[in-house]
Amino acid sequence: MEKLIILPFSIGFIYLLGILGFRFVKWISGLSRLDKLRLIHSLKTRRFFDSLQEVFMEGLLHRKIFLKNPVLGYMHMSLAFGWFLLIVVGHFEVMVSRQSLIAPIYLPVFFRYFETGHSFPLAGIFSFLMDLLLLFVLSGVALAMLKRFKKQLFGMKKTTRLKTGDRIALLSLWMIFPLRLLAEGMSAGLYGNGSFLTSTLGHIFGNLNSETANLSLWTAYSCSLGFFFAALPNSRYMHIPTEILLIFVRNAGVKLKKRNNTYTNIQVFSCSRCGLCLDNCQLSAAGINNTQSVYILKNIRNHNLSDEQLFNCLLCGKCEVDCPVGINTIDLRITQRIESTRQYNSSYEYLEDGPAPKADTVYFAGCMTHLTPGIIASMKKLFQLAGENVWFMDEEKAPCCGRPLMLAGQYEAASKLIANNTRKIIGSGAKRLVVSCPICYKVFKEDYELANVEVVFHAEYILNLIRQQIITLKKGADRIIYHDPCELGRGMGMFEPPREVLRATGKVISIKNEKQMAHCCGGSLGNLKISQPERSLLRNQAVEDYLQYRPDVLATACPMCKKTFSRHPGLKVQDISETVVQALQSKVQPKAVIKKAKSNVLEAELI
Amino acid sequence: MNDLSFLKPASRQIDFDNFDDRLLLYVLQYEPSFFTCISCGGCTATCSAGNLTNFNVRKIGLWLRRGETEKLSEEIQKCMFCGKCTLVCPRDINIRNVILLIKKRIAMLKNENSPA
Repeated sequence: MEKLIILPFSIGFIYLLGILGFRFVKWISGLSRLDKLRLIHSLKTRRFFDSLQEVFMEGLLHRKIFLKNPVLGYMHMSLAFGWFLLIVVGHFEVMVSRQSLIAPIYLPVFFRYFETGHSFPLAGIFSFLMDLLLLFVLSGVALAMLKRFKKQLFGMKKTTRLKTGDRIALLSLWMIFPLRLLAEGMSAGLYGNGSFLTSTLGHIFGNLNSETANLSLWTAYSCSLGFFFAALPNSRYMHIPTEILLIFVRNAGVKLKKRNNTYTNIQVFSCSRCGLCLDNCQLSAAGINNTQSVYILKNIRNHNLSDEQLFNCLLCGKCEVDCPVGINTIDLRITQRIESTRQYNSSYEYLEDGPAPKADTVYFAGCMTHLTPGIIASMKKLFQLAGENVWFMDEEKAPCCGRPLMLAGQYEAASKLIANNTRKIIGSGAKRLVVSCPICYKVFKEDYELANVEVVFHAEYILNLIRQQIITLKKGADRIIYHDPCELGRGMGMFEPPREVLRATGKVISIKNEKQMAHCCGGSLGNLKISQPERSLLRNQAVEDYLQYRPDVLATACPMCKKTFSRHPGLKVQDISETVVQALQSKVQPKAVIKKAKSNVLEAELI
Repeated sequence: MNDLSFLKPASRQIDFDNFDDRLLLYVLQYEPSFFTCISCGGCTATCSAGNLTNFNVRKIGLWLRRGETEKLSEEIQKCMFCGKCTLVCPRDINIRNVILLIKKRIAMLKNENSPA
């Protein structure tokens, strides 16, 4: 009869194990053959230990959340690591008391109920430890409850909306440890097997202590555990077991290859819906509150993702920066876009392969640069000074680089443009390709196969000119803020070269929201749904932040950002190439003079 | 180069009894800003694809209003999604989304028709 209390716990636990086993097998077998081999291979190498370490640091200690928000980190750590220690220490306690290495799974969970004698070696130390750990976990539960009702105290502006399944799991999770405290307190009062926390509680109960009350409290505890385990697979708490699998699969080098596979599922189920991505997302400034990564992941899981949500994202990548689980939100979203638009890719049969003129360097300005002629003029000037033998590839006619299509999910269509551009660039026999647009730069770097042609961003190119003293700049007193374009900064990890260039022309001030946390200008090609007034709201938010620092110039390295910002009155916006040309010393360096005759001829070709 | 087809224009008569507004209504539902188009042609002037072919964004708008789904489904394939049209639009119409919606709706209509 007494053993009946373990039933709710056992049923929940067995159900949970069954579902987890089924899902894990399904996910792993759904990976491609190559990915499976990668996974198996990674288990034999050092990466296995890296993964184990990551599971410990992220899954139990929650290091990333700690770095972002210590209180939130403590809450997660006390719950996860505290519970883990309760289980481990509980098992040791049972092993010591039974003098055996094998004990039934349920025994540590209900130990204080079954073990009334309390007369084994180290019993006092164990019960002290268990009470301490329980207090640790309870502090986390208290913080979690506080957070639900007063999230501002945790520095969080927003938190996610819950579903019914989440509520059941959340309530039962909240109940588990208070009930455990009450049940152990009652047992401590009856049998004297507690320590500082539970014994005190037993004394407070005093006359209330009775076998029946004890049994019902332990049953309630068992039920809350059972409910939590049963609700877990259909709630957000599924992230706890899935994250462990995700860490192993990710460290094995598995990636999404423009197509959904079960790696999508693993990532989707790993999302804890903590809502850290909500605080980073700028769209809420424009009143868009249902398209953030956490909701997209939820919608993929529930099979109700709409195009309106999927395409309403700037793809700026800020959510990815702070994701404690390390979900690759941008890749995941682009893959969903590819799946959604697979039916209507274009073939671009009109593209022609014209003869490509021979040149040392190819310059691809890109569609956006053509709307900011100042950048083109500056680049031409710099090429001329450097005496470069340049072919301006898209001066008259050229297809787009393909990146805007990719952002819209039209990957197959983009590959047609890529093929055409590739043939031309290679045909020119050039050694390098200079681009002045980060959108183009990303696609040229990542998706083009250009053999020996080196892809150079104009910031790097200009920096090289400065270092080799081909151009000399006059350093002014302007206060410059550098705005990191999303595609260049978070997208390609290039933060320093543009700043380095600007330092040669003025004083670059560092600000709070820069580099990984830089704003998006709001002009992003990634978002197909946002309206122009909404874009202006995002832009104004960024500009307001910049104006606090009273800059003379807002410099950027992206024609799109420049175009967006320059619509704002009262702010001088320049591309780095324009800033550089403005700061050029009138005296031309000897090296360039020698080349001048040559460059004059080339200039004719250029213009 | 010698496209002399304008000498023998096809009938431009639109039969309002058989007017196909399925595309237009779909676009207006999800991108209402298209209502405000004044057909200025700024989009066409800047178009990267229009630079390579006779693709004409303004004409896309015109055919959309006239319900010429057949012609549209061919022509719309030429767009390269670069987004210049959206940037230059004086009425702030999200033209990139209009094109995406047209492509999507045409694919949907093809799917509806093909099994029958």
